[in-house]
Amino acid sequence: MYKTGCKTALLSGMLWLVGCSDPSWQTKDISGLMPPLDFELISEEARSVTEADYAGNVTLLFFGFTHCPHICPTTLANLAAISQELGEEAQNDLRILFVSVDPDRDDPAKLREYTDAFGPEFTGLTGDGEALQALTRRYRVTYGYGEKDDTGNYDVSHSNAVFAFDRDGDAQLLIREDDPKEAVMADLSRLLAH
Amino acid sequence: MGEFDSSLAYLLPWEFSPSWTLACLASAGLYVRGLLHRRRSGLHEGFWRPFAFFLGIVAIYTVSQTHFDYLAQYMFFVHRGQHLVLHHLAPFLIALSAPLAILTAGIPHRVRNLPTVTFAAQMLRPGYRLLQQPVIAPLLFVGLIYFWLIPQVHFDAMLSHRLYQLMNWSMLVDGLLFWWLILDSRWPANGGLSYGVRITLLLAVVPPQMLLGAYLTFSHNVLFDVYAVCGRAWPLAPLTDQRLGGLITWIPATMMSVLAVLIIIGRLLGKRSSMYRYG
Repeated sequence: MYKTGCKTALLSGMLWLVGCSDPSWQTKDISGLMPPLDFELISEEARSVTEADYAGNVTLLFFGFTHCPHICPTTLANLAAISQELGEEAQNDLRILFVSVDPDRDDPAKLREYTDAFGPEFTGLTGDGEALQALTRRYRVTYGYGEKDDTGNYDVSHSNAVFAFDRDGDAQLLIREDDPKEAVMADLSRLLAH
Repeated sequence: MGEFDSSLAYLLPWEFSPSWTLACLASAGLYVRGLLHRRRSGLHEGFWRPFAFFLGIVAIYTVSQTHFDYLAQYMFFVHRGQHLVLHHLAPFLIALSAPLAILTAGIPHRVRNLPTVTFAAQMLRPGYRLLQQPVIAPLLFVGLIYFWLIPQVHFDAMLSHRLYQLMNWSMLVDGLLFWWLILDSRWPANGGLSYGVRITLLLAVVPPQMLLGAYLTFSHNVLFDVYAVCGRAWPLAPLTDQRLGGLITWIPATMMSVLAVLIIIGRLLGKRSSMYRYG
């Protein structure tokens, strides 16, 4: 009797750990795992912005740097293609925030030039070390810098995932590099429909 | 001055957690109190047992409440090192120091005689007995290592603060239970587990840990994408990170079993020679 009770408790504990997400989302559901959007950064127009500036929109958050050779351009190009396919109405309601974690090399002007290449819904943001650390810590991600080579170039480690927030700023999805395009499309349409 | 500040920052917690700090401080405090109390009664503990106990507590504090914890969240191999300390090394040292008598002596009388404390101890006893069954203890010991390394579970644990805490606490508590059972200073005749069973348990947990460690070390695929998703503490090739993590899961973890077997054999021989001497 006692042993069965323990087993049931253990089993339900494991189920609670593994299966707490809504199965109807096709990318990773992070509602409940992550806090709502909250930041204080510098925009590509060189003015101070917070999450309130993007309220009412579905917001995507991605961390990177403009010297990034592969992950950042690929991810942003994929998001641009998806946003295009979602249509003009959706595009107006979608804000894609590219947060540079390399403020030494990425100033607002440089960020603006970089994100303009992907589309009007893309906005570059950056900040000082403290502001960046507050935001990355909030979403349990980090970044770090490699050694400089002879030309002064260096690698930056950063999160390769896209965080998606609903119109209320609540964390909803984590989109991974290898998530199929159809899955991302379906989830973003659903998020935009609310 | 700047350098001093930055090295001080390494000693500060990445995410301050009252549970770890309180647990470390409370057990160290109780232990010191117990030591002093026993000294007044003429009982001296020598150097090595208190040393092992404090080393264990300091190790737990270091991996949970300093910059080490930051690295453990953003590097797979450092995370494996953190669990090596929480599940193997620190509980091993604490159990080896056999601190129960000293900790008990450290509890203030008023607290010890509180009805709630006695009641809680009574309530916990059947659960403790169950977890310390010779079949359940090694299953739990190995099962927890495997469980938290299921990629989906590992992903959520690294992403959620609450699950992360649960993971680390479960490793520490299970480590304490297992090594306590193995290194119990009581002789089998006085209620401790028989030495043969202890050695069997120690050998039984080796192959599954070796298998898991080797699998991580030799895998050609990145099994835990959460470190790419969250970013690494510095740019390190994902497979290198995984291989280092695999080696830590494999070699030092299984060496702890070997070390414990040697200690048990030592006790067996010690018992025999004292039997000859007195018998």
